[in-house]
Amino acid sequence: MASTHVDSTSHHDPEVYHQFETLEQQNDSYIVGMWTFLVTEIMFFGGMFFIYIIYRWSNQDMFYRLHTELSWPLGALNTVILLLSSFTMACAVHHATLKNRKPQQIFMGLTALLASGFLVVKLAFEWYPKWQHGHMPWYWDWPGHVSSPDLLQVPGGTAKMFYSLYFAMTGLHGIHVLIGIICIVILMYLTKIKSILVDSFLPTEMFGLYWHFVDLVWIFLFPLFYLMPK
Amino acid sequence: MSATSVGIPDVPKPKEEKNYLNNGNTIASWLLTTDHKRIAILYLISVSFFFLVGGTAAGLVRLELTSPRGIFFENETYNKIFSLHGIIMVFFFLIPAIPAVIGNFLVPLMCGARDLAFPRMNLLSWYVFISGGFLAVLAMLLGGVDTGWTFYTPYSSLYSNTQVTLAVFGGFLAGFSSIFTGINFIVTIHKMRAPGLTWFRLPLFLWAQYATSVIIILGTPVIAITLLLLFAERVLKLGVFSPELGGDPVLFQHMFWFYSHPAVYIMILPAMGVTNEIISCFSRRRVFGYSFVAFSSLAIAGLGFLVWGHHMFVSGQSMYQGLVFSIITFLVAVPSAIKIFNWVATMYKGSIRLQTPMWYGMGFIGLFLVGGLTGLFLSSMASDVHLHDTYFVVAHFHYVMVGGTIMGYMGGLHMWWPKMTGRMYPEFLGQLSAMLVFVGFNMTFIPQFIVGYLGMPRRYHYYYLAPEFQVYNIMSTLGTTVLGIGYILPVFYLLWSLKYGRKAGPNPWHAWGLEWTTASPPPTFNFATVPIVTSEAYDYDAVSDEQHDFLREEEDAAKAAEGKE
Repeated sequence: MASTHVDSTSHHDPEVYHQFETLEQQNDSYIVGMWTFLVTEIMFFGGMFFIYIIYRWSNQDMFYRLHTELSWPLGALNTVILLLSSFTMACAVHHATLKNRKPQQIFMGLTALLASGFLVVKLAFEWYPKWQHGHMPWYWDWPGHVSSPDLLQVPGGTAKMFYSLYFAMTGLHGIHVLIGIICIVILMYLTKIKSILVDSFLPTEMFGLYWHFVDLVWIFLFPLFYLMPK
Repeated sequence: MSATSVGIPDVPKPKEEKNYLNNGNTIASWLLTTDHKRIAILYLISVSFFFLVGGTAAGLVRLELTSPRGIFFENETYNKIFSLHGIIMVFFFLIPAIPAVIGNFLVPLMCGARDLAFPRMNLLSWYVFISGGFLAVLAMLLGGVDTGWTFYTPYSSLYSNTQVTLAVFGGFLAGFSSIFTGINFIVTIHKMRAPGLTWFRLPLFLWAQYATSVIIILGTPVIAITLLLLFAERVLKLGVFSPELGGDPVLFQHMFWFYSHPAVYIMILPAMGVTNEIISCFSRRRVFGYSFVAFSSLAIAGLGFLVWGHHMFVSGQSMYQGLVFSIITFLVAVPSAIKIFNWVATMYKGSIRLQTPMWYGMGFIGLFLVGGLTGLFLSSMASDVHLHDTYFVVAHFHYVMVGGTIMGYMGGLHMWWPKMTGRMYPEFLGQLSAMLVFVGFNMTFIPQFIVGYLGMPRRYHYYYLAPEFQVYNIMSTLGTTVLGIGYILPVFYLLWSLKYGRKAGPNPWHAWGLEWTTASPPPTFNFATVPIVTSEAYDYDAVSDEQHDFLREEEDAAKAAEGKE
């Protein structure tokens, strides 16, 4: 009986971790775990969306004026970039299930590239000018440099709240994009060295789920900040 | 052959050679373990430490209140002491206590699995928890926090110049640790049940853990984002809750209580789960109305998300909002009462054995009943206006959180201590400490109900304008002493039992459940072969009269043995 734990795991093939019986059970568990994690992410962002809704409700007019400071073409560009990256990620998952390593690598690379492009647009062309204009909450100078005289009537407090929400929500989303880039680079490296960890399609699939979620958050952020109705 | 292993013939005899405790003795084998049982022990040590810290602060608060003019502290120091008590106890003891210690140990065992679904994430959750705890303790050492455990804005965001930032970040990390645990439990219970272990054969402890995990999954991210925004307000000068920007501090309260009210059920549901196991085992009867108890856990989890507004009846929310929150709060009493009635019905005509876990289990029922019923005073808006922010509230939530959660935790610890360590604790001392806790607890908090009703506000340092409150405060402080002895005693005798306790054998209580079919302490991978479940939950009818007589004999033998020592 000293070999108790050896007995209980001896039938395992090396791809299956010791706590699971079968590969199927393991795969199912990972998928359920990933979806559960995404539920927590929905609640995480949901809290912020709730705060946004409350404040926009009571400041619709001011928020409308403030949103003209954001560049909707850049937002639209980023939306296209992220949607494209979701498509390339879906292709990568498809090829991962077929074990076509070469196209899988190419599509993952494209995804990482597009994600980086998103961050470049966000930081260099959107955040940086706002920093120059003194519109970052931790570098605050209202009205500073605003594009239309309409905005001069917006009270500084409301403006700061709008920009706080803008930076908190897009910033948190940006951090998720950054984490995504890091994960996909690690995945690409593991695939390149033919690690047993990524022999199954599952890690790619799970990352795909995460990536589509990050994309989806932006799909909500874009209209909420850039496309406000009057 | 030890006297205890004769009982149930089909249980494999305990093997001395390898179990999870002696499978590796280095520090690395503990700190880098992915074994859920070892991680449970790590959690046990950590939460005991935090309990000690929080308990000491509670003692200081009680000592200070014996005099209407205070004894030791400045006002600011007093604020910091009760904040420390609240933050440490809530975030670092009550929330993780039962899920992360007893749940971690038992969920895979009760499922008949070798480990949780994600063992490495389980270890990560402990490290995240410990880092959060470290930050919180650091915040206390660097000068403390004076906001109370609720961190209400704008005080916490704009005005308090204490270590709020560190403490908030510590709470944020602790939240992630419980999210990891929650995901692990949900996946394990969904996907890793042994063959034949259908949902309605699950021990009710697992139903309770499942409901708890659902709350953790849905609620904790919301407090995480709220605390993160508060953190950002202090560090990055963001303005989301600042009234000077047109922000709404009450919005913070909504966000905070959206998690922190369900968090009360994160604390109490696992304790209810433990109580199910105890009551059933020590009454030798199957739990009355199994599916009602199971679904009442889910009902509490669901309703718990719809009642947060009852913390804000006097915060200026709309009257109609308050009305709705009040009604839903009353509704929570229904599933809670279902549980209480079912436990009592389980005990009715059972053959009750009054051993330590049972004392704690019955203590839970009594104290939780008082806690729950006084909750109804507070959920009706009219009486809440009078009672809000008085010691009545303090007594109420201590009845639920201490009288409920800690009674469940202590009961569970005693019930599964033989499984965790392979040794029995000394029964007499166990019962003594259970009585001391029960008596001490009531001595502490019944006077607080009265003094609260008479109008003593919570969080006040001085009450020299109402010196007649002193007698209640002194009674309460005396009770704290008894309660403290009741909690300290187990520390000593449980540690003592590690070396000198009687060998337990696989199933010292002759309890139903998969965890009792393996050795005590269990081997690293829990079961020699994957168990197959063929009977309903709590099939105590199957335990024959013969075994039943045996139990009596064994108890007598144990008493005789203890007498000789």
